[in-house]
Amino acid sequence: MQQLQLLGKNTLALISGLGRAVIVLLSAILHRPDFRKGTPLLMQQLYNVGFLSLVIIVVSGGFIGMVLALQGYTILVGYGAEASLGPMVALALLRELGPVVSALLFAGRAGSALTAEIGLMKATEQLSSLEMMAVDPLRRVIAPRFWAGFISLPLLAAIFSMVGILGAHLVGVDWLGVDSGTFWSVMQSQVDFNKDILNGIIKSVVFAFVVTWIAVYKGYDCEPTSEGISRATTSTVVQSSLLILALDFILTALMFAV
Amino acid sequence: MMSKKIELMVGIFVALGIAALLMLSLKVANSGISGGGESYNLFAKFDNIGGLKVRSPIKVGGVVVGRVSDITLDSEDYTPVVTMKIYQQYDQFSEATSVAILTAGLLGEQYIGLQPGFMDESVEILQPNDFIEDTKPALVLEELIGQFLFGQGSGDE
Repeated sequence: MQQLQLLGKNTLALISGLGRAVIVLLSAILHRPDFRKGTPLLMQQLYNVGFLSLVIIVVSGGFIGMVLALQGYTILVGYGAEASLGPMVALALLRELGPVVSALLFAGRAGSALTAEIGLMKATEQLSSLEMMAVDPLRRVIAPRFWAGFISLPLLAAIFSMVGILGAHLVGVDWLGVDSGTFWSVMQSQVDFNKDILNGIIKSVVFAFVVTWIAVYKGYDCEPTSEGISRATTSTVVQSSLLILALDFILTALMFAV
Repeated sequence: MMSKKIELMVGIFVALGIAALLMLSLKVANSGISGGGESYNLFAKFDNIGGLKVRSPIKVGGVVVGRVSDITLDSEDYTPVVTMKIYQQYDQFSEATSVAILTAGLLGEQYIGLQPGFMDESVEILQPNDFIEDTKPALVLEELIGQFLFGQGSGDE
């Protein structure tokens, strides 16, 4: 009996949480845009969320590309097929690793920071003070952060893929001696703009939406105590990582399954 | 002052992102058929096209002179018809030209090899939308092995 009651309680909590998340999102983004006031706020957040994530994205993209080239080469060279190193690396990065890994890094680097920042604002009653001053915290605090994350992540994913391919070029061509012309031309003949690049961008747009939504909602909805903030930050990272991987499977099945 | 600096940083970030996107679409993918200038069509009927695909290259002595733009089945005799898009600068193929479906390497992709025929007063130049008569079908490995095995068998008897 008690178990059943617990189940019901959890289900209700889940549903009401989902409802609150939708309300937070909709009331943050559905209103008349005010570019004069909104642009500086968005700039500040683009700097925090996007520019400051560049280092981790570039470094990890480069290393992942280099590792892919090294691992791929040792296998492909056994078949005398090292000419396929370029398309292998490019397709792996564009279709999967670029969107997914950059979204995971983004959730850890920027998503957790967003949650902690908004959560602390709530705990120190800055959000309530905004409301007292007749400023809607959803528009003033949540909206610019959401849009900044939504814009940044696809750009970061593109940078990640490009740096990864350059890293693979560094290892494959300059170190292991694959011909540079073959590397690029076989890649060009195998990679299709619509099928590979566009689908990768769609993936990262979906991930950007999910990660930033979870991050701002968890911060806005957290318990206003230091413990509550730490719980909210943790669950931002955990939930967005799991959702990224699950959504990636679904998107891959829709896009690439025969 | 502070906000100027931030705007500059964001500008760098966005420019980098767009540059990466551009580079991906221009350098990594084949956005459109390259040399998308003037071209004309030639047709060829094959018995068997093997693994030939649309966009497969057409080569003369290893130089790409065009791409396969369409593959259909003739509605009357059910043989594959390949539409070849040849770049306009190569418009001097004689009627004696032959086409074969070749394979790049043992496991590589299949492509069309054009063997330009001899030129003579009595031989005409191929016009756009002409059919090339002299075709060789793709080699299918299984058929070859089959022929080889049958040949062995009959030799013993």
